[in-house]
Amino acid sequence: MDKEYMIIDGIKVELNGEKNILEVARKAGIDIPAFCYDPDLSIYGACRMCLVENERGGLDAACSTPPRAGTSVKTNTPKLRKHRKMILELLLANHCRDCTTCQKSGKCKLQEFAYRFNIEGVRFPNTACELGAKDKSSLSIVRDSSKCILCGKCVRVCNEIQNVGAIDYAFRGSKMKIATAFDGDIVNSPCVGCGQCASVCPTGAITVRDDADKVWDALGDKNTEVSVQIAPAVRVALGKELGLKEGENLMGKLVASLKEIGFDKVYDTSLTADMTIVEEAAEFVERLNGKGKLPMFTSCCPAWIRFAEEKYPEYVENISTCRSPMQMFAPVIKETYTGDKKHIHVAIMPCTAKKFEASRDEFKNKAGEPYVDYVLTTQEVIRMIKESGVRFNEIADAKVDEPYGMITGAGVIFGVTGGVMEAVLRYVSATQDKKALDAIALSGVRGLDGVKEATVKLGDAEIKVAVVSGLANASALMEKIKNGEAFYHLVEVMSCPGGCINGGGQPVGEREAKCERTKGIYDADKAEELQFSNQNTVVKEILTGPLKGREHELLHVHYKHK
Amino acid sequence: MEQTIDFAVLDQAIKEFGNEEKSLIAILQRAQEHYRYLPKEIFPYLAEKLSLSEAKIYGVATFYENFSLEQKGKFVIKVCDGTACHVRKSIPILEALRDKLGLSEEKKTTDDLLFTVETVSCLGACSSAPAVMVNDEIYPTMTPESAVALLEELKEKN
Repeated sequence: MDKEYMIIDGIKVELNGEKNILEVARKAGIDIPAFCYDPDLSIYGACRMCLVENERGGLDAACSTPPRAGTSVKTNTPKLRKHRKMILELLLANHCRDCTTCQKSGKCKLQEFAYRFNIEGVRFPNTACELGAKDKSSLSIVRDSSKCILCGKCVRVCNEIQNVGAIDYAFRGSKMKIATAFDGDIVNSPCVGCGQCASVCPTGAITVRDDADKVWDALGDKNTEVSVQIAPAVRVALGKELGLKEGENLMGKLVASLKEIGFDKVYDTSLTADMTIVEEAAEFVERLNGKGKLPMFTSCCPAWIRFAEEKYPEYVENISTCRSPMQMFAPVIKETYTGDKKHIHVAIMPCTAKKFEASRDEFKNKAGEPYVDYVLTTQEVIRMIKESGVRFNEIADAKVDEPYGMITGAGVIFGVTGGVMEAVLRYVSATQDKKALDAIALSGVRGLDGVKEATVKLGDAEIKVAVVSGLANASALMEKIKNGEAFYHLVEVMSCPGGCINGGGQPVGEREAKCERTKGIYDADKAEELQFSNQNTVVKEILTGPLKGREHELLHVHYKHK
Repeated sequence: MEQTIDFAVLDQAIKEFGNEEKSLIAILQRAQEHYRYLPKEIFPYLAEKLSLSEAKIYGVATFYENFSLEQKGKFVIKVCDGTACHVRKSIPILEALRDKLGLSEEKKTTDDLLFTVETVSCLGACSSAPAVMVNDEIYPTMTPESAVALLEELKEKN
């Protein structure tokens, strides 16, 4: 078949199955502005910023108009400029413009476009700032309707990608708003705290809850020992914001910066990711031998746990009893602390749901204190580094503290979809050599696809595994399992599409960022000397030393049925 | 006036219209007809049956003027404010009714749950403008005085 083309701004662009003119234009390197468009979500067509002018002088929304061969559109004409400026002016009139004190300042699309389209004034009175109070009820996110431009991305991500449906459009016309059922606080909705709404929000209407001040206070107190653990996915998501490359493994610099800032002890959560594998694999083998339910679901993702509790309570027992790596490390650190200062433990996570996980009753010590005192997301720690004045791109690498300094590549890949599964498969593989590693990597567990399946040999048995990311994908899989249409022995679930590298607490990035960060994680895995969790001798030392006999109390958890 | 929520009417509506997203409005209309408003309790019930989120149902229920989340009065008085009625002075009728009952734009129903006063955009009774509808009955060519008299009449009927 002959190739088909359309003309955009005089450029002949080949059509290659693009669903809309916007995609064709972006392929041609033309950056059409848009608020409500996201290639991973359904088309909404609400913001009208992406209007293009057709041959007859009519205006079409590029996001919802399919490209037609032989036609021609212009993306930058006096008429379009006038419309875009008017749209921006109207949006700004209804937007609380306290940019200097807004968490999204510098990353806000509305701010960016107002600058890009040279908006010099807004002729209409502004009443947005008086709109109701912020919803700070959630431990994960903060909602501020005075900043909302009704692009609906949050609603679509919550419904289409996560199948949570905590929020939707409510009311009509000028009264329209994004609301939970009965416009209540988000904490009383089915929200699982994944934070994906915050990461797609183009403005400051939904932001990550910031707990940095409390950590600064602890750091400033001489009588407090502050320890910190850093999750695998954080190290590859710092670069772009701190003047280096997206996806680059910056663990060494991060450790050095945190020490400079004043953290007394810095650890790598990858260590207890290995510990999770050791415990989880043992549990899996037990379940395979008839002690416990199958399929077994992984338990590292707190948003998934909440989702399962809410929607699939009958499967809560299928979730591994292993605590998440964060919740394994914290008791290890706190229970072995011998100093006499007050001990605050902080976890740096790519995740907004971890803030909630840390507050769960299941993860408190006998005195009722949480093992993890504060969870900071990657976003918050980047701000802390900037605030501290540390020159991140110049600082020399530092190592994490002993005696918990040992990690393997298997722990690092926890940060990406398929990583936990791969680490388990490595652990149970018979030969544990390069050949086995390659075979597992190619078994189908890698890649950014939302649903992956593989069959692997374990001794004489064939083990069926599935890896899903995005809770809508998890839902679809659960329905299949429920209806008996599918059977697996082991299922890995991560709530955020692509896994923790794309977590709700990570710096907001486009799709390329996901690929770069994934590559960064696998490179970091390769760079490690060891690739199998069972080779982590420190894990063994902890299990046979300080934690001996307390594994069940400190490393496992039974979530209560709702 | 405590109302116990009987879900049978919903089950019947779901059976009739299907347990699909597209049936939601029809089912809500049936519910509104039965309960005279949309009680909070039906939201989780419908969400479960139709596999929709409560937030979604809330969105639909708040989008349409016809759906009410608050319990309505025994007599729902709809004052027509379509063009024909408006130019023939429907607003003074509305004001007289609100005045008499102590109601307003925000407070639409009397505390004794006897009267609800609201406006509609057109009753299709333009030839009898200004028109008022009480439950399903049209009252033509009203005046503020006749509207207030109508209230007395309805009270007696009760």
